[in-house]
Amino acid sequence: MSEQVAIIGIGVVPLQPTTPRYSFKEMVFEAAQKAYADAGISFDEIDSFVTCAEDFNEGISIFDEYTPDQLGCRQKPMHTLTQDGLHGIADALMQIRAGVAEIVVVEAHSKASNILTPDWLLDYALDPIYTRPLGFTPHALAAMDMQAFTHQTGITPSQCAEVVIKNRLNARDNPLAAYAVESNRTSVEASPYFSFPLHEEELARAADGCVVVVVANETTASKAAKRPAWILGTGFANDSPTIESRRWGHAEYARLAAQSAFRQAGIKTAHEIDFFEVDDTYAYKELQHLIALGLYAEPIEAGRAIESGATRRDGRTPVNVSGGALGMGLPLEAHGLYRIVELVLQLRGQAGERQLSRAKIGVAQSWRGVPTTSGAVVILGAEPPRG
Amino acid sequence: MAKRRVAVIGAGMTRFMHRALETPKELAWHAAHAALTSSQLKLKQIDCVVLGTAPDAFDGVHMKSEYLADGCGGWGKPFLRCYVGGGTGVYAVAQAYFQVASGIFDTALVVCEEKMSSCQPHPQAAFLTIFDPITEQPLKPNLLWIFALEQTRYMETYGITIEEIARVAVKNKRNALNHPAAQLSAELTVEDVLASEIMAWPVHRLMVSPTSDGAAAIVIAAEEVARRVSDKPIWIQGIGWSLDSAYWTNRDLAYPEYVEKAAWMAYQMAGVKEPRKEIHIAEPYDPFAYKELHHLEGLQLAPKGEAPRLLADGVFERDGDLPVTPSGGLLGVGNPIAAAGMMKICELFWQMRGEAGKRQLPGKPERGVAQAWGDLMQVGTVVVMGTEKPD
Repeated sequence: MSEQVAIIGIGVVPLQPTTPRYSFKEMVFEAAQKAYADAGISFDEIDSFVTCAEDFNEGISIFDEYTPDQLGCRQKPMHTLTQDGLHGIADALMQIRAGVAEIVVVEAHSKASNILTPDWLLDYALDPIYTRPLGFTPHALAAMDMQAFTHQTGITPSQCAEVVIKNRLNARDNPLAAYAVESNRTSVEASPYFSFPLHEEELARAADGCVVVVVANETTASKAAKRPAWILGTGFANDSPTIESRRWGHAEYARLAAQSAFRQAGIKTAHEIDFFEVDDTYAYKELQHLIALGLYAEPIEAGRAIESGATRRDGRTPVNVSGGALGMGLPLEAHGLYRIVELVLQLRGQAGERQLSRAKIGVAQSWRGVPTTSGAVVILGAEPPRG
Repeated sequence: MAKRRVAVIGAGMTRFMHRALETPKELAWHAAHAALTSSQLKLKQIDCVVLGTAPDAFDGVHMKSEYLADGCGGWGKPFLRCYVGGGTGVYAVAQAYFQVASGIFDTALVVCEEKMSSCQPHPQAAFLTIFDPITEQPLKPNLLWIFALEQTRYMETYGITIEEIARVAVKNKRNALNHPAAQLSAELTVEDVLASEIMAWPVHRLMVSPTSDGAAAIVIAAEEVARRVSDKPIWIQGIGWSLDSAYWTNRDLAYPEYVEKAAWMAYQMAGVKEPRKEIHIAEPYDPFAYKELHHLEGLQLAPKGEAPRLLADGVFERDGDLPVTPSGGLLGVGNPIAAAGMMKICELFWQMRGEAGKRQLPGKPERGVAQAWGDLMQVGTVVVMGTEKPD
């Protein structure tokens, strides 16, 4: 049996729409200090470090240059992934299982408020030869995908809008959330179309923040100061990046990532999982991702579930109790790690007013946003995996 | 659980060139396809794909990994991009190593691609954006300046002459004459190198690697698969990487401590105690002529400040005691950043399999080290490979 791996410490900077008094380095330093204290370790005990970041989002080329000092990893193994934070957790697990490291730190942050023209920047993510010259906003890809999704599943745009209301409401009990504003069906559906059929209110807004996660092997985890959150499974996958050849309306990347995470965890169906933190960059994505995770026998049930309240905090399968990206804000590559933070707090019983009565196994899922088809899944449990 | 043994079972690359007609995706595809063909595996037998590519600013594509994914074969399967600046090409092998050694995956395709020519008028401009935006960028530094600083410090500390440095360019460009993928191979003399224009004193034009387009790839596999599909697997014996502080101005540039840390991490894993005796072939990173010497010292293959003397004595020639950069390196083959590091891994693979054609070294090299370097004179990445299966 493979060695068990757990999260033994987390450090978080609360999400904020803008952080004029912080540099990204100061945010990382703060989150790192909190994480190391939470894990009860000193920075010099850490073997390896991973930062998830993209050059263009940072405004600096070769961004890994600026990662070591504030994390305390000068002259240590450190590398970046241009991926979501959940890929970083999978990376840490693989380093530990391969015997390369015993304690690995994963960091991701967002200084999205520094990006003056985010949509213009996003244009540069389109294929420069075949797609970019068409001159459309990449958000239109999400709108087209939502069209295909509602058409194929029978889920209505109003049901998608319900996701916004639920997640914003959840965020009101989360002190880490940046956008815990009240919303109702009218306010969402009366907001202007950003790109038909997507309403402006159905887009998660960018936020600044940082998360540092300490991942450790079994021996270290069993001596940890706080109750470890065991990593039961990880998975990551891409669908086709080329827009002409991807499967519209369907989150294939999430399905593949979940498949591998479930297999590692020895979990047969999504019903064995107590609560979900999934990507909701656009409201419909939450439903699409839950379907990809295999939570429903028929896709249309996802629409019924949001309407009936089954995914509310007091529902049968709570989804995005943290408030998700719609309620908390969308922190670039740190998105997945904020999902991890909620999982860890819930598993430890430290989620305050949001605490779920049943929280033994939770799933975090992330997506890298338009125009990508890149996603990752991490399953955490309060108990070590079954042999 | 004991970690699994991992071997390289295939390698391939495109020609390195000044300006490729192929799109970045096509370059990646050519290299990936060549590596797969060499490994005799099909894409569907590959469990995960690892991409290494350096700044997005060259290709001019945001989230470049996502764009390149299908070119690398990374769709419908686990795919990620690792990134440590110029050190990426060798680091990507370490990334793929632990992905397979962990038991999560059995096979991995590792692709490194760079298309620098998209950056107009010259990719050097993109390098301005690697500096600290507050304290350094306003000075409008460029790479040639900071490496001229480092070269000067290296020469000054150990009393090294410019002629000794120029020999590296002569050797590597000559070695590249036999590399079919080479961009800048040449038969030169030390005088030719020193007669080329000074870019930033003391760096002459012929001591600098070119900007290039190209891609290189390998296939790695866990022992069970490697044994089944390959009769000559080349084992990954050790990996190491180390990143120094971003405050490069506070560092003594005479010696790369971070390379030493990375090297010992890899040597320890490989069970190498005396690198100078146990390493048969070295492919250190040579984007500038002095860097090869600097890195050989960091790699513990020469005492501090003495690499130039060993070079002059012929130790690092093809027929010397320790052949260094038999591929022709970045100076001779070319420098499509991440792909250049991967080209060095390919060279070790071919040399140890006896498949290096006209470049084949005499004797039978059994263990080699490849190293890459990058960022603000800051990161060292090291891979030790050999014909002998690790313990």
